[in-house]
Amino acid sequence: MNLALKDIRHGLFRFVLTCFGLGLLMTVVLAMIGIYNGLVSDALAVVKAPAADVWVVEAGTKGPFAEASSIPADTRDAVARMPGVAEAGAVNYQNLEAPHAGRTLRLYVVGYEPGRPGGPQAIAEGRGIGAGHFELVADRKTGLLPGETIRLGRNRFTVVGLVEGAMNSGGDPAVYVTLADAMALQTELDPAAQRVQAARGAVSVKSASVAAIIARMAPGADVDLLTATVRQWKHLAAMTQAEQEELLLASVVDKARRQIGLFLGILLSVSAVVIALIIYTMTMEKLKQIATLKLIGAPDRTIIGLIVQQAMILGASGWGIGLLLILTVKDYFPRRVVLEPFNAMVLAGIIAAVCLLSSALGVRAAMKVDPATALGG
Amino acid sequence: MALGDTLIEVTGVAKHFGEGETRVDALRAVDLTVRAGEVIALLGPSGSGKTTLLNVIGCILAPSAGRVVLDGEPVFDGKWLRRDLRRLRLDKIGFIFQSHNLLPFLTAQENVSVVLDLAGWPPDEGRARARELLDYLEVGHRAMVKPALLSGGEAQRVAIARALANRPRIILADEPTAALDGARAGLVMDLMRRLAVEQEACIVTVTHDEKIFDRFDRLIHLRDGHLVSA
Repeated sequence: MNLALKDIRHGLFRFVLTCFGLGLLMTVVLAMIGIYNGLVSDALAVVKAPAADVWVVEAGTKGPFAEASSIPADTRDAVARMPGVAEAGAVNYQNLEAPHAGRTLRLYVVGYEPGRPGGPQAIAEGRGIGAGHFELVADRKTGLLPGETIRLGRNRFTVVGLVEGAMNSGGDPAVYVTLADAMALQTELDPAAQRVQAARGAVSVKSASVAAIIARMAPGADVDLLTATVRQWKHLAAMTQAEQEELLLASVVDKARRQIGLFLGILLSVSAVVIALIIYTMTMEKLKQIATLKLIGAPDRTIIGLIVQQAMILGASGWGIGLLLILTVKDYFPRRVVLEPFNAMVLAGIIAAVCLLSSALGVRAAMKVDPATALGG
Repeated sequence: MALGDTLIEVTGVAKHFGEGETRVDALRAVDLTVRAGEVIALLGPSGSGKTTLLNVIGCILAPSAGRVVLDGEPVFDGKWLRRDLRRLRLDKIGFIFQSHNLLPFLTAQENVSVVLDLAGWPPDEGRARARELLDYLEVGHRAMVKPALLSGGEAQRVAIARALANRPRIILADEPTAALDGARAGLVMDLMRRLAVEQEACIVTVTHDEKIFDRFDRLIHLRDGHLVSA
């Protein structure tokens, strides 16, 4: 006879309600884990998208993501000719806000050279950029649809394709335009400002600088040799893909990551206390019944089993409800919530450990109960 | 009625609580023997030591001195002689409480069969034995009902069935009829006696209920921890 299950069935409504409450708490814990993962994943998305081997940036900077970087656009040709380089492309990155359909879209504009590294990896819908000007490929999260137009700077761009999962470390969805358009966006002035500059006698010079050069290596080529060679040019710096990812995590998202990590730690501690309190209270409410069980001869293992099994069922139910809820609502979060099976398993392990520890408190109280308590009124 | 083996043998049992000025002597050199088939009552004013004696016989409370032998087995002689007192209680002693103390999350039948489950009976046999006892005590029709829905008399009969389920030879009852009216109290005592005789058991009851005094073979009076008359 399983006393734990019988007791749960007896007070099923209350137990389910408790599990649901715990489930909500687990939902928050899982959401925080998902947001934490999402932050890291989003931050790396823009770095990983070009599938680069080497990033060539301005000397003395940690560009183009951690710091601003500006190098001559023709550096691309110099890099492309270096031994071991299979292909190279120039890229530009900038944030801008654009009005669209009555709302303001905050976009991360990636300028690249079509046919060279730096563009979107896979088009989810529509096609890639085909024309020289005023076409863009947008991340699906922008809400833009193929065929729609949107004004960026002084020009109207047509959406020709959609990609997924392209955004910057702040979660702003990316749009891809040609490098020429991106450079124009960066340098073109409003007509009124142009007139003021002309009146001042300032010469309008179109900047020919880009943020970085991305290089892909030929199979078997030595990446370290290339970076060392590039660094010999005093005005350039070079880093590998891994170094760029580390740099981004260490500088751009580090504080946010630690903030969420700390909050997650506090949330897990609160959850542990809540679980402990629930299990302890559940045990304390049964002390007279435990005394009766002891009096009629129930061994300790029966009483321990009653408490521990209920604690584990409570924890498992709370975890299951939490997982179900977060999987249902995760797509409604403004930022990406990325949950891996590993995360859910780790949380399950933590909850199991907390439930075991918490039930130890209850077991301790139960073991102290004098069977004589069951006698009398 | 012919009496059988000696089931309870309490010799020179004393029990005190506290030391020095706060010392309270609950039991003083109590000697008591109860034989199979006997139904006895422990009487006395509040604080006379009745419940303490019941707890000592039930192996719930260790005496300060003395010797206790249950069903021929010495269980206390200055110290407990067995470590697994709960198993001893499970095998040899049945308890009936003033408030029936049925487990609220089990049905009437499960409240009886849980004892048999703990004793290692096969589940089918345990259920059959529980049902047989409940039928015998005329509450078989309430076997699947939870205690909260049983009347006081029904609950007490289920508690009696639980106490007798594993065929213990010693039945200890603490005010078993306190919550029942006179007619029902007499009926319950008659049932307990009948079952005790059939199982060659003895019954030791703490009671203040004068209406059922005629149901006992012996009335044992306690005062200030002394056994004053038997």
